[in-house]
Amino acid sequence: MQKNILLTGVGGQGTVLASKLLAAAALSKGYEVTSAETIGMAQKGGSVFSHLRVGEGLASPMIPKGGADLLLAFEPAEAVRMLGYLKPEGHLVVNSAPVQPVTAALSGIGYTGQEMLDYLRAHSPRLTIVDGRQAAAKLTPKALNVVMLGAALACGALDFLSREDMLAAIRSKVKPQYVAINEQALDHAAGQ
Amino acid sequence: MHKEYLMGNEAMGLAALAAGVRVVAGYPGTPSTEVLETIARHNEAKRIHVEWSTNEKAGLEVAAGAALSGARALVTMKQVGLNVATDPLMSLAYIGVKGGMVVLVADDPGPISSQTEQDTRHFASYAKLPCFNPSGVAESYEMLQEAFAFSEKYSTPVLFNPTTRVDHGYATISVKDEEEYYICQPEGFRRDPSKWVIFPRLSYQAHLKLEKRNAGLTQVLSAYPRNEVLPGGGDSRRGIATHGISFAYTREVLAEQGEKAPRALKVATPFPFPEELAVSFLQGLEEVLCIEELDPVIERELTYICGKYHLPVKIRGKLTGDVRQAGENTRDSVAADIAAFMGWEVPTERELPAPPLQIQRPPVLCAGCPHRASFYAVKVAMQGQKCVFCGDIGCYTLGNAMPLDMVDTCLCMGAGVNMAQGIGAVTPGVKCFAFVGDSTFFAAALTGAVNGVYNQADLTLVILDNSTTAMTGHQPHPGTGRTMMGAQVEPVSITAALQGLGVKHVVTLDPLNLQAAVAAVRETAALPGVKAIIFKSPCIALEKPRGMAAVDGEKCIGCKKCIRSIGCPALTAAGGKVAIDPAQCTGCGLCTGLCPTGAISVTEGGR
Ligand code: SF4
Ligand code: SF4
Repeated sequence: MQKNILLTGVGGQGTVLASKLLAAAALSKGYEVTSAETIGMAQKGGSVFSHLRVGEGLASPMIPKGGADLLLAFEPAEAVRMLGYLKPEGHLVVNSAPVQPVTAALSGIGYTGQEMLDYLRAHSPRLTIVDGRQAAAKLTPKALNVVMLGAALACGALDFLSREDMLAAIRSKVKPQYVAINEQALDHAAGQ
Repeated sequence: MHKEYLMGNEAMGLAALAAGVRVVAGYPGTPSTEVLETIARHNEAKRIHVEWSTNEKAGLEVAAGAALSGARALVTMKQVGLNVATDPLMSLAYIGVKGGMVVLVADDPGPISSQTEQDTRHFASYAKLPCFNPSGVAESYEMLQEAFAFSEKYSTPVLFNPTTRVDHGYATISVKDEEEYYICQPEGFRRDPSKWVIFPRLSYQAHLKLEKRNAGLTQVLSAYPRNEVLPGGGDSRRGIATHGISFAYTREVLAEQGEKAPRALKVATPFPFPEELAVSFLQGLEEVLCIEELDPVIERELTYICGKYHLPVKIRGKLTGDVRQAGENTRDSVAADIAAFMGWEVPTERELPAPPLQIQRPPVLCAGCPHRASFYAVKVAMQGQKCVFCGDIGCYTLGNAMPLDMVDTCLCMGAGVNMAQGIGAVTPGVKCFAFVGDSTFFAAALTGAVNGVYNQADLTLVILDNSTTAMTGHQPHPGTGRTMMGAQVEPVSITAALQGLGVKHVVTLDPLNLQAAVAAVRETAALPGVKAIIFKSPCIALEKPRGMAAVDGEKCIGCKKCIRSIGCPALTAAGGKVAIDPAQCTGCGLCTGLCPTGAISVTEGGR
């Protein structure tokens, strides 16, 4: 088994924790994991990514273009930016809520996220759209990362992991007082 | 031994522990920071002295003192940090050490978080010091321990030079249990002026010795198993030479080719170069492609070796235009470079039409960041006056972004103060400002401040004090009073430091109190000489949010003055009005006073 998972989003959205949770779940099942992530200036509201590779005999932590089985995108424009990494038949799970960069707000180019979602609909056959805004209103904005993981589980993109594996990973990495809300977040997509 | 899933920097931290390190110093800098933090986290017994030094030069000197005294010592920094520490390093190379000493310098191809794409491998040959270049997380763990032993064996400090993708890559690796750790028991400093006091005559003799040692090391390092030749099965006329993370990419690309793979040379010690091994690699080849990040170090070495041994091999790489000269290598760039060189089919990318909109996403100051308020206060206060704003290194370099646009220069750590001085000397009628963060102030601006005072500069020093080293992940510094040994000590006062240096006028205030801040800037900037404003407000990442802003949709007329003035990323344009992103807003209140219709209000607390 070999799975290449690319997480992408905007610095501050919690992609790093999502990638850590995925890695912890895969490791607990005895899989080998290598990964790499953005650390540094880009974390301040720039485009960020985590490459996560699960399986045997991988020398490098970076996924080649066209090599990702799953693209887990926390933001529509970032999904479009990284789409070239997804296998043509790969799963794309995307949050529909855009994060407007200040430059876009200033220039008034009218970025709504919809234009990106239309593009993604046209170019990725296995697409799952998560309504991140609604999830944030129901839970908390901080739970977006686990909502996204739940959606990836629900659409079958993480077939080597179960809900229980993921929950165990959450328990091991998240402060006890936040476990309950994260469990709700994990099941949010399945309940839609 | 047991298995652990570790970040490269964590693996290197654990390797230093396994090698029995006793003193660890450094200055935070991406991508090197987590090495020292890992060691501090594993130091419950306080057997190791761990410190964030005020800067890299201080750190290197602390480590040197320990290593002269027989202890194993480590100093960590990023590549540009080595520029600051070069002075002690160059001399230490001549003097040598007793205990093993590793100077860990992390390079940043891209660059992703740095001012330059400088290549530490050059520093190795310049300083005449052996250099180790790991190609992955697992290798970095083993190699760092070997580097300590090597350093001790040859009584020389050594450079250890990972790059971002090794530092910040993760893998499951075998690590030692504590019982397996090497135990270093230093005897302490033993007086020997003929050895530890550098003098021209001593330097002359040491220079001869260094050259002789390094000449001999090419053979020793040719036998070092991490310098290796992968035989390859296919094309016997072509070969690939590479290093570091590019070796990991190369190996993966070649593995896909199976039998067709050419011979490959992996260089783990770029200096002294494993010359004899390289000769055996070059034997019989017609062409070699060098795949390197940063500078063409291997390419030049192989070209030299071909000349020296009369080998008719064409060496290709950055110098011949076969490999891109700048930027980091990727798995894809390496695959494409190798395919083009070998005459294989170049892998094609999936063709996708252009996206509907080009969304640029440069990094910005966080929502609620007090630096935004500081910059805005100065901007408002100085409106209409001719000003130059010298920036510096840290989060606040992002004050350059629109709409704040408050950074006219940024060079290196602490440069802003004296640059402001130089600009003021030749630009008539200009008010010069130098913005510097608290950590950078201690690291590199103290001498600049004295220089300004002594040489009669006219400038306003604005210290952005958020009580942490925020850009690199919130490390403590002298002004915080927290040490890496877990102690709370008397913080060093920035005000007292400035006054001690001769800055007479020093005011401190909260930049989020905009009116008072603007008034203080006006007043201070009008004074002669060097004067200082300390804008003190904690980094939002360390604080609970004050509250949350809301826009009254009835009152908002969509003029976007709020966004155009301060560009807080929590202010978003939606349907002709402005809305607040609740995931980002901290309720700092800066935007409330800007709205002409009073549409924005902040509710304190309640999150
Ligand atoms: S209060 Fe205004 S300026 Fe402060 S974080 Fe919220 S939106 Fe940004
Ligand atoms: S400044 Fe006030 S009125 Fe103008 S866009 Fe912002 S919230 Fe609306």
